[in-house]
Amino acid sequence: MDYFLELFLGGLTRGSIYALIALGYTMVYGIIELINFAHGEIYMIGAFTALIAASVLAIMGFGPVPILFLAMLLAILYSCAYGYTLEKIAYKPLRHSNRLAPLISAIGMSIFFQNYVLLAQTSDFLPFPSLLPEVPFLEPYAYIIRSSEIFIILTTLVVMVLLSLLIRFTRIGKAMRATAQDRTMAMLLGVDVNRVISVTFVIGSAMAAIGGVLIASHIGQINFYIGFIAGIKAFTAAVLGGIGSIPGAVLGSLVLGWTESFATGYISSDYEDVFAFGFLVLILIFRPAGLLGKTAAQKV
Amino acid sequence: MTMRKLFTLDEIKKSLLVALWFMVLTFPILAVRVNPIYKVVEWRWHNLLMVGIGAFLLSFPWRYFQGHGKPPEKSAAAENQALKNSKILLWRRHPWVRLCAVVLATGLVLSFPFLFSSYQVNIMTTALIYVVLGLGLNIVVGLAGLLDLGYVAFYAVGAYSYALLHLHFGLSFWLCLPIGAGLAALFGILLGFPVLRLRGDYLAIVTLGFGEIIRLVLENWNEFSQGPSGISNIPRPGLPGIEMSLNASSIFLYFLMIALTLFTILVVSRLRDSRIGRAWLALREDEIACQAMGIDKTRTKLTAFALGATWAGMGGVMFAAKTTFINPASFTFLESAIILSIVVLGGMGSMLGVILSAFILILVPEYLRAFSEYRMLIFGAVLVIMMVFRPQGLISNVRHRYRFEGLKTPPEELG
Amino acid sequence: MTALLSTTHLTMDFGGLRAVDEVNLEVRQQEIVALIGPNGAGKTTLFNCITGLYRPTSGDIFVQAPGAAPKRINGLKPNQVTALGLARTFQNIRLFPHMTVLENVMIGRHCRTTSNILGAVLKDRHTRREEQETVAFSYRLLEKVHLDRYVNELARNLPYGAQRRLEIARALATEPFLLLLDEPAAGMNPLETRELDDLITRIRNEMGIAILLIEHDMKLVMNISDRIFVMEYGKEIAVGTPLEIRSNPRVIEAYLGADSHA
Repeated sequence: MDYFLELFLGGLTRGSIYALIALGYTMVYGIIELINFAHGEIYMIGAFTALIAASVLAIMGFGPVPILFLAMLLAILYSCAYGYTLEKIAYKPLRHSNRLAPLISAIGMSIFFQNYVLLAQTSDFLPFPSLLPEVPFLEPYAYIIRSSEIFIILTTLVVMVLLSLLIRFTRIGKAMRATAQDRTMAMLLGVDVNRVISVTFVIGSAMAAIGGVLIASHIGQINFYIGFIAGIKAFTAAVLGGIGSIPGAVLGSLVLGWTESFATGYISSDYEDVFAFGFLVLILIFRPAGLLGKTAAQKV
Repeated sequence: MTMRKLFTLDEIKKSLLVALWFMVLTFPILAVRVNPIYKVVEWRWHNLLMVGIGAFLLSFPWRYFQGHGKPPEKSAAAENQALKNSKILLWRRHPWVRLCAVVLATGLVLSFPFLFSSYQVNIMTTALIYVVLGLGLNIVVGLAGLLDLGYVAFYAVGAYSYALLHLHFGLSFWLCLPIGAGLAALFGILLGFPVLRLRGDYLAIVTLGFGEIIRLVLENWNEFSQGPSGISNIPRPGLPGIEMSLNASSIFLYFLMIALTLFTILVVSRLRDSRIGRAWLALREDEIACQAMGIDKTRTKLTAFALGATWAGMGGVMFAAKTTFINPASFTFLESAIILSIVVLGGMGSMLGVILSAFILILVPEYLRAFSEYRMLIFGAVLVIMMVFRPQGLISNVRHRYRFEGLKTPPEELG
Repeated sequence: MTALLSTTHLTMDFGGLRAVDEVNLEVRQQEIVALIGPNGAGKTTLFNCITGLYRPTSGDIFVQAPGAAPKRINGLKPNQVTALGLARTFQNIRLFPHMTVLENVMIGRHCRTTSNILGAVLKDRHTRREEQETVAFSYRLLEKVHLDRYVNELARNLPYGAQRRLEIARALATEPFLLLLDEPAAGMNPLETRELDDLITRIRNEMGIAILLIEHDMKLVMNISDRIFVMEYGKEIAVGTPLEIRSNPRVIEAYLGADSHA
């Protein structure tokens, strides 16, 4: 039972991280129907920024709490800046071209970012400092859940709540929903669509950065390639839930997290990534609309 | 925006802002390097300076071509006209030029291995493998418009077919070449059957997932593939009864690759101008209209997919024979991305363009050693820049033109 | 005269919306039938059901090729429907823009030709002959729609009216016995419309092909149709000759309105 619980909570943690990334995919897709292939790289850049910031701050003699906050803040700011720039360079000029062009451009950006970090930093795994504090009362249960896992789950929960409030009640949230429904109509009604798209990228990037810092701190090491795998998995989660649907992304992430956790726990850990990719292939073949997605009739 | 307007104070101010933005953006990753073990920070201010200057200079052409390069609907016709009249194309049609080019190319190709060292010959063989892979993927992406991000999977199938069939059954290269091609085609059909009804971008992701699955299986299934350590001692192709030195065998392989390349060019160009090739193009242009015109969508896509895979399989067998050692690390997603870059840079659907870009993308990093570190970085940038500024590639695809005897009215060219 | 196409109680739902409601439509040999009705009446949806792009919710569609047994075509794929002998054009022109005019028509020959991959690679005698025949056949069709001047031009470079004619030529290349035209005169000037009027009549008279067309240009409809079907809100509200439709009070009220004096 303890083992089951451990896997369950481990899956929940994974799922939370996937959710933070998957939301970026699903929001961008919802608005401009683009698979932002470079989204995983934004997450990776967030983690690297946090690592660099934390290391520099530690050498300067800051305490653990300010390091956590400053590193997180910088990671978010930088990821947002990268996400914003990415959209302006690689996607905005292609707004009116055929479907494949932005996708190829996105793949190009993904490769570019990976190698940018590889060349500027290193190809080795870097140890990532444990930024998240230990909670003493959890110690007796450490074999089931680590305190960093609690942090991840709680942070994700808070982010989700904030996001849904933002989308439901703010002006920009309404503009985002309107743009997702019908971009042309939203534009005619005076919504600044370019701004909405930028904001969507920025919000998605911020969440990816939070996810990046949390998971790096939890696992304890990063390299330039973490974004690619995490990105594909989060995308799988978004598709599983029904791409474009925000609750779908969260649900899909949790299902994927649990599947991976239980499959590696009870079957074999060699094929961890195969499970995820296999899952992706199967979903797309049998239920391309996802769990909560709607199948739209094609207009002829 | 004209050239003169490009250097007004306003424009310079804009570029300065861009430079500043990129300096801020790249600051932590480019300028700071932390050694977490010794707890020292290395500041690399010169990197930042370079980014600043680079961004400042590049922002001018970026804005200039964005204002200019995008052809709106109206100038599309004019552009097409200009293309038709472009000197290169006129030259290409001239019979003497053609003859000279053919003679020159043949001479170069035949004498190459005897003029240069075997190191050069090996590089050229590699480049030719990529030409074949590029032409194969061009069927799928360029002609049929199916974005396949897992092309490397079929390449791996070919390479491992040869390696494993030789290891276990001692089959020769000559037998394995068609078997490898056939197995890759079979994999193409098996994968294609369920996924080809998916929309374009979903198809891209599924093929990517499939490519990764193949690689991960090869990496983890030790009993089958010998895992990450790979398979070594794969024989180079030979001729029965003839002992070849290492040098001779690499020359032999080079000519074999030339033959395969020519074969590929012949087959692909004939297919392109055939009933099947037209159906692929139509499918790329408009799926619904294509079906309404009586073309079986699934079947047409499947043939493109399987044919593309066939060439990847042959390329894989060649690759295994050339390197005599393979392991899963040769078949990562980046390999697919390189081949895709070749197709995109060359101009989707254009064969000459694909051949040209394969040589550029493979040979330039080989010869400019200083460059090779930046190879993938440049590939990434090439994909983006091509999509933004020249989605049609280096050489646009020119359609076959038909001549008619005794036309009532002579064909008219629209401007 | 036999019915080439007949639908019985054909119904198509989108979620809660009934776009086509129990429609019984019939097109007989050599007939020109017009399908009219206000925007959103379900005309194009009906076309999409017939040509296999949509699978109807209920009801049947029967097709009877001249001299063949009737065949129920519900659920057939669009290419199978075309292979049977129904061809169509689209309301918002769907040509293959980056292929030449001739190639566009040659695509229509696809389902009537048989060359395979091996043939294409080897260029055997059968393939070569078939290719020549395809080119010649397509060229003759282009002459018929007066587009032969533009054979090697890219389809996207054609003027609007010529694009509509090219779409018709492409559909004819599939050798249909029934041609479905979705608003062929949309966006045409009066001169082009007159030419179209002539073209449609010629297709029927010279090639013996029946035509079902959706059209808003009442003058064209009244000119060429043998019979007219009127739809409103997915339902069929009237059917008859142009004369009958012109004086049908229900139609005047529902649709023609002020136009009825035209």
